[in-house]
Amino acid sequence: MRAFVRAVWIVTRKDLLIETRTREIFFTTVFFALACVLVFAFGFVREGRPVEDAAAGILWIAIAFSGTLALGRAFERERHGETLRALLISPIDRPALYVGKLLGILVLLAAVEALVVPLIALMFQAALFDHTLLMLGLLAAGTLGFAAVGTLFAAMLVRARSRDVMLPVLLYPITVPVIIAGVRGTAALLQPEADEPMARAWLAMLVLFDVVFVTLALWTFEPVMTE
Amino acid sequence: MRLDFTTLRLIDVSRTFGRRRALNRVSLTVEAGTITALLGHNGAGKSTLLSIAATLLQPSSGRVEYGDRDAAAGAAALRARIGLLGHDLYLYSELTAAENLRFFAKIYSLDAVERRVDAALERAGLAGRRDDIVAGFSRGMRQRLALERALIHEPRLVLLDEPFTGLDEAAREALRVRLRAARAAGAIVVLTTHDTAAIERLTDAAVSLVDGRLAA
Repeated sequence: MRAFVRAVWIVTRKDLLIETRTREIFFTTVFFALACVLVFAFGFVREGRPVEDAAAGILWIAIAFSGTLALGRAFERERHGETLRALLISPIDRPALYVGKLLGILVLLAAVEALVVPLIALMFQAALFDHTLLMLGLLAAGTLGFAAVGTLFAAMLVRARSRDVMLPVLLYPITVPVIIAGVRGTAALLQPEADEPMARAWLAMLVLFDVVFVTLALWTFEPVMTE
Repeated sequence: MRLDFTTLRLIDVSRTFGRRRALNRVSLTVEAGTITALLGHNGAGKSTLLSIAATLLQPSSGRVEYGDRDAAAGAAALRARIGLLGHDLYLYSELTAAENLRFFAKIYSLDAVERRVDAALERAGLAGRRDDIVAGFSRGMRQRLALERALIHEPRLVLLDEPFTGLDEAAREALRVRLRAARAAGAIVVLTTHDTAAIERLTDAAVSLVDGRLAA
């Protein structure tokens, strides 16, 4: 177990080191997410009043779209110089490689969310900070579910010629339940009278999705990475 | 667990990609302490054979034995004893030379990481460029660094895909010296090339692949 955690940390640390040096994925993803929120703000805010429930949907659309961008770029890095092959031939457990890449993406998406959530709260007058723990839970569980599937697919598609097209085509149908649960859970918290039990029910659903998706990804990563 | 073996044996190995047969019933035995060249034109199946020997590809039929084991037995321990230098160099261009070597040394759970990194940079002639980003290196410098990356864990089986590509004569000679040292240390060295002049007086055996079959 110690070796597994150590390998995960080595892979994550390497990804974060490269990202702090280039900031390529962070800036691209943040720019895309912020642009997404601003465009929706022009469409859904009339005379200073946002359309009801729009904030929840826009938050999760921004996370899903910018997350897809981050996933594609994260593995593009492993494609240049074919470093993924060097990792696959190394003795580290392949699930550790998967978890290491997943953690790197989660840190990146958390940074994006730290900027997007306050912006949405401001633009859509959404009470995203009134139930901070529940909101954090929904964001963490939803992002994990989305990124768990996305990391697996991005790794599978790293050598596919049409990977940029294939990633969203494969990813969105499978992660739709995660996005719906995230949207409904967030919307429950944003009602005039926040529906905490409903938000908790959606959070529980997200945790269930996370368990299923992470387990399946860990189980399938080794065989799908062996050609 | 440290796995050791003194032979690499491919037995009736075939590999197909869709309808294309890249390797056709190839049988080959390579001993420790030797350098074997795989010759052949582009598309002859050399890289496919190396990928199979490196456990990155599974043969469609036939089997590969590392001593008395196959790839499935002790896969991680086996991979720890293999060093692969591909046509692509398996380096992170955003990291420095030292960071690349340090990363792979840690991935292989090696001890005395800094000492190994320093020694590898010295051998590659890059000690003065240790903290420079790899993206700024010439092809030859990257090739030398990639070779040290592939050998940093002192592998028993060294697989090199076109290692002489992009090297000037001085770097080629340095590579030959490095490979002779690996052979002297008991490694099984298999390299592919279509540049026969580069491997003169270096290899102990040479086999040719033609359309996925061993020609001689």
